[in-house]
Amino acid sequence: MFKWFFRLAAAKNFYPFAGKLLPWLTGLCIISLVYGLYLGLFNSPPDYQQGETVRIMYVHVPAAWMSMFVYAMMAGAAIVGLVWKIKLADTFVTCSAPIGASFTVIALITGSLWGKPMWGAWWVWDARLTSELILLFLYVGFMALQSAIDDPRRAARAGGVLIIVGVVNLPVIHYSVEWWNTLHQPASVARADGPSIDGSILAPLLIMAVAFKFYFFSVVLVRMRGSILEIEEDSSWIKEARI
Amino acid sequence: MFAAWSRVMRREFLLAYRQRTDILTPLMFFIIVTSLFPLGVGPEPETLRTIAPGVIWVAALLATLLSLQRLFSHELHEGTLEQLLLSPQPASLLVSAKITAHWLTSGLPLVIISPVLGLSLGMSNEGLIITVISLLLGTPILSLIGAVGAALTLGLRGGGVLLALLILPLYIPVLIFGAGAITATVQGFPADAHLSLLGAYLMLGLVLAPWISTLSLRISLD
Amino acid sequence: MLQAQALAVERGGKPLFSDISFSMQAGDLMHVSGMNGTGKTTLLRMLCGLTLPSEGSLLWQQKDIHKHRDNFNSELLYIGHRSGMFGDLTAVENLKLASSTHNDDDSQIQAALTEIGLGPHSEKPMRLLSQGQQRRVSLARLLLEERKLWILDEPLTALDVNAVDWLVAHIIQHADNGGMAILTTHQQAAFIERVSVTVAL
Repeated sequence: MFKWFFRLAAAKNFYPFAGKLLPWLTGLCIISLVYGLYLGLFNSPPDYQQGETVRIMYVHVPAAWMSMFVYAMMAGAAIVGLVWKIKLADTFVTCSAPIGASFTVIALITGSLWGKPMWGAWWVWDARLTSELILLFLYVGFMALQSAIDDPRRAARAGGVLIIVGVVNLPVIHYSVEWWNTLHQPASVARADGPSIDGSILAPLLIMAVAFKFYFFSVVLVRMRGSILEIEEDSSWIKEARI
Repeated sequence: MFAAWSRVMRREFLLAYRQRTDILTPLMFFIIVTSLFPLGVGPEPETLRTIAPGVIWVAALLATLLSLQRLFSHELHEGTLEQLLLSPQPASLLVSAKITAHWLTSGLPLVIISPVLGLSLGMSNEGLIITVISLLLGTPILSLIGAVGAALTLGLRGGGVLLALLILPLYIPVLIFGAGAITATVQGFPADAHLSLLGAYLMLGLVLAPWISTLSLRISLD
Repeated sequence: MLQAQALAVERGGKPLFSDISFSMQAGDLMHVSGMNGTGKTTLLRMLCGLTLPSEGSLLWQQKDIHKHRDNFNSELLYIGHRSGMFGDLTAVENLKLASSTHNDDDSQIQAALTEIGLGPHSEKPMRLLSQGQQRRVSLARLLLEERKLWILDEPLTALDVNAVDWLVAHIIQHADNGGMAILTTHQQAAFIERVSVTVAL
């Protein structure tokens, strides 16, 4: 099992493997995205309090989940890269960061758009939005660090340490923001969760989450393939394949 | 091993004494930033009293960021950081001595002067005491996390601002618990939970930060 | 005692050198040669343990230097391009800090400084000394410490003729006494007879 994994970790093998996976991932992404949006926009009930605007939740919540999922994946890959010194893991981390950051931005913007009709303000400092904002800072910090370091090896290792430090602190940050929010929260502000989860609401949420995951994996594979071409441009296997 | 630790501490104090300005500037910055708030917000005592815990804590965060510049940079250019990593003593021991000395010369002065700043913002006596305690627990955490950031950004262009970008999100729990402790006390609530959480975070930092900073130094000097 | 096998490293994503192997015993003097930019300094830093090789292994007394760091470091003395000394401290203070014996006896340090011609400057902060003088203070460590393996990166730079002669004699003497030295220099003529191991990059 592990031998297969390590063999895959060689860029030479990963490039075609990713190429074969891509059409499937993209296809599944489009299918689940269409289905999820159909269910979310047309087939689920409007909220008794918020009306149709609750439908933003079907983008906001999966985007927020993805922002954390991607960060966790980056942390896992960073550990693999640091401990086993697999370059491909470092490539994964670097390529995932902008995607994760974009999901965070989407979560923040949709959160704000959702909040305006609900709370009357473009931004409120509620626990989840504030945590998302801090997560965005963590992503941006990582990307800034990587772009400030010229040597790719130092960039990968330093970035890896930063992500791992971030992941260890993330629960602490999350908890402290939650606590801060409950201390200062006036009782009348509605929570951003929406009503209790009913089947017809859960289904589109989960399908959108799945769609976003396929999206992430497709995009990250494309970026990784591009990155491999750049890094390995002098390698014989690229020249032979005349890519 | 303790001999090596105390030798590093003594050297750091000697260096701090010879570079006195580097010590005083962050302290002055702390004072100046705190004074900016009444100027920006208005001198109304009620407002100042309300924002005082947050103001003092944010100013402390920013002043610590400034002081982190001198933790490793000089030594990078002089080549003494390499020699530290090549020392027969465990490098993380020497690094933890550096971090301790850094806190004693940069963090502790902030703690000591904080009551004066608290008074200028109209804080009550209970508030002043808690301010000192929360900063006493919190500023070492700032030095510890800051050391990791300083080690990662060693020698990079855009150094100071980049360091701020990396470290400030990690400082947020310290800010929340630290300022929260003061606000709670001033409003008549117990601050035990805040202070215990700060203490726990400090323990975590004491255990992990020297080792992670040393690893980061090795990465930066590779 | 020091064994390198198939060392390789990358810089900026491209390989810098590869397949460097050698073996050194007590009494060996190694010269690393190569044009500028071929990675001589990187190799020396790798032999110190500061830079991680991307491939290959480095053993000191049959043990991996990265896994037995403290042991290796106690037998190593590295003098690189930078002075390795604190600019705000004096030469005496610096040497006292760097020494492993840490006795409070200043006389040994003063004697060493006098030997390399820096007696009158021993109480000035290092940053006030010239580059050549700073280099000589770093080299004073060679006199004061008993370490088996010396790794010196261009040690003869910024030294005048007398100092060069002095240093060359000391390095050769160190090897004759059972120590080992690895160095890079563009002035290899001085060592050419004594060099027993060469690595060309």
